[in-house]
Amino acid sequence: MREITFEQAATEAIQEEFRRNPRTVHLSTDLAAELQREFGADRIRVTPIAENSFVGASIGLAGSGFRTVSNLRMATFGFVALDQMMNHAAKITYMFGGQAKFPILYRMTVGAGYSGAAEHSISPYAMYMNVPGLKIILPTTPYDVKGLLKTALRENNPVVSFEPFLLGGMKGPVPEEEYLVPFGEAFIRREGKDVTVVALARMVYEALAAAEDLDKEGISLEVIDPRSLVPLDRRTILESVAKTGRLVVVDEACQTCGAAAEVIALATSDKAVFHRLKSAPARVCGLDIPIPFSPPMEKFAIPDKAKIIAAVKAAVAR
Amino acid sequence: MDLAKQTLIDLYTTMLTIRRFEERVVQEVYAGKVPGFVHSYIGEEAIATGVCAHLKREDRIVSHHRGHGHCIAKGADMKRMMAEIYGKKTGYCKGKGGSMHIADFSIGMLGADGIVGAGLPIATGAATAAQLEGKGNVAAVFFGDGACNEGEFHECLNLASIWKLPLLFVCENNGYGVNTPAEYAMGAKDITRMPEAYHIRNRSINGNDVELVYEAAGEAVSELRKGGGPYFLECRTYRWHKHFLSQTLEDLRPREEIESWKKQCPVAAFERRLLDRKVLTHSEAESINQRILAQVEEAHAFALESPNPQPQDALEDVYST
Repeated sequence: MREITFEQAATEAIQEEFRRNPRTVHLSTDLAAELQREFGADRIRVTPIAENSFVGASIGLAGSGFRTVSNLRMATFGFVALDQMMNHAAKITYMFGGQAKFPILYRMTVGAGYSGAAEHSISPYAMYMNVPGLKIILPTTPYDVKGLLKTALRENNPVVSFEPFLLGGMKGPVPEEEYLVPFGEAFIRREGKDVTVVALARMVYEALAAAEDLDKEGISLEVIDPRSLVPLDRRTILESVAKTGRLVVVDEACQTCGAAAEVIALATSDKAVFHRLKSAPARVCGLDIPIPFSPPMEKFAIPDKAKIIAAVKAAVAR
Repeated sequence: MDLAKQTLIDLYTTMLTIRRFEERVVQEVYAGKVPGFVHSYIGEEAIATGVCAHLKREDRIVSHHRGHGHCIAKGADMKRMMAEIYGKKTGYCKGKGGSMHIADFSIGMLGADGIVGAGLPIATGAATAAQLEGKGNVAAVFFGDGACNEGEFHECLNLASIWKLPLLFVCENNGYGVNTPAEYAMGAKDITRMPEAYHIRNRSINGNDVELVYEAAGEAVSELRKGGGPYFLECRTYRWHKHFLSQTLEDLRPREEIESWKKQCPVAAFERRLLDRKVLTHSEAESINQRILAQVEEAHAFALESPNPQPQDALEDVYST
């Protein structure tokens, strides 16, 4: 199969869906040149750096029968437009009694690990999970980003796609023929029997590397990539934890009130799963500090293979 | 200006309908019968009336927390409005929005948003949609003087200007954000200097004169339909009631100021003019009034007779299918 980058796969998803549906508009502060060449400047619009205006405009477009992609570039810029996303996009389907649909795709990158310092290195998906009305996807491969974005562009709800910054140039197999990746279906990236590791975003790769190493020591990890956080594939996670009896959740977002806490609560509040637990579920998360700039400090602040291995060993040692 | 008799009567009827609807709502709120916050449009009726008279069903509007007048002027059903205000299942939003959030997408009323200034980006999107559709339709957004100090206001003036959007900005300058005077809060002092800075055509008018609003909005909308880019109307007006209807919220505006604006009542002034010009007779005016009172009564009865939502109805509509 051919291999393309994560970012190319994302662009292909938009191209395919924009060809299918002419009532689609792309808004971004940076010129999406490839898209504009094909679809023209009316539909592929460059906006001023004024996030509230174009994030909100996507709501008005959606309420007027268009589908919109608003590319915010980085999650940190999303904060500028939180009122529009959280107070309006998320709520108005409900607040107006379901009389209108708001099909909007908000894209933004997340994650640390490239000396972007505190403002540009953040993974705020848990904040968005706390706002009902949004769907949240977390693609980690070129294959998934294409399939998930295509699904998002057929959704009738606002979707926020959090895409790991460091994976943008990553290459992977993507079929030529059309396919979709549904929301709410986790992918078991590696099957195993001793410990369930639910890994989010780029941490999927750290978890897979940890699994490789631990396999040599006779510890078998089952690595689950949820791919979407809202809806969350509870069943796949619960079945895995019921099988292994051990759960480690890895996320580079800060630990407090994070998605990892939600996954652990999910497992421990399920009676059947709770009784099968052989050790206390553990979190391997970003420290509760703003991400520092200098590499030694940054590396210290976020999870990696070694920290995952330590947490897994603690879980199996009991 | 020499408007057709029917146009004048229609303007009068719409204004009086808003007035009578709002009077009934005020009465019910102060009788403790309506849940939540209600922001009365009394005093500002000429603006929604004069602007919406030029809008077709396909033209879209975005409103704000003081939105009942915009709904009525755009053609919303008073029964479903009143039911929504009462939180009933038959309301426009099935009781999920209330007074502050009435919407009717089927008539191009894209909803009222309760965050000051937040409707502006949404309307900017609706105007972008109209531009893409290329059928000469327009969008109009209503907002107050308070919104003009929000960042979103400036972002949207800018975006509408550079994209030449068919967007009518309708600033209902009632002089206050809750109790804070615009005179204090607004560095620009003259609102139209702001659209002017973004090269947006603009006018400032007496928003209590419905003929003037009608004339100015007519010129603006016809410019928008020609594709000439956005237009900004500042309509100077005043709200008669407190920011929202409340027994406890203080009204810090000078008593004599409130009284002097009540003397400039947009509805009474227009009625006098129509009687003087013999467009209307006293008995015709009274028969219009009686018809409206009956419609308001019918809307109120509908709301009262309508069922409450079931508690578990709260679980529906979080997501569209």
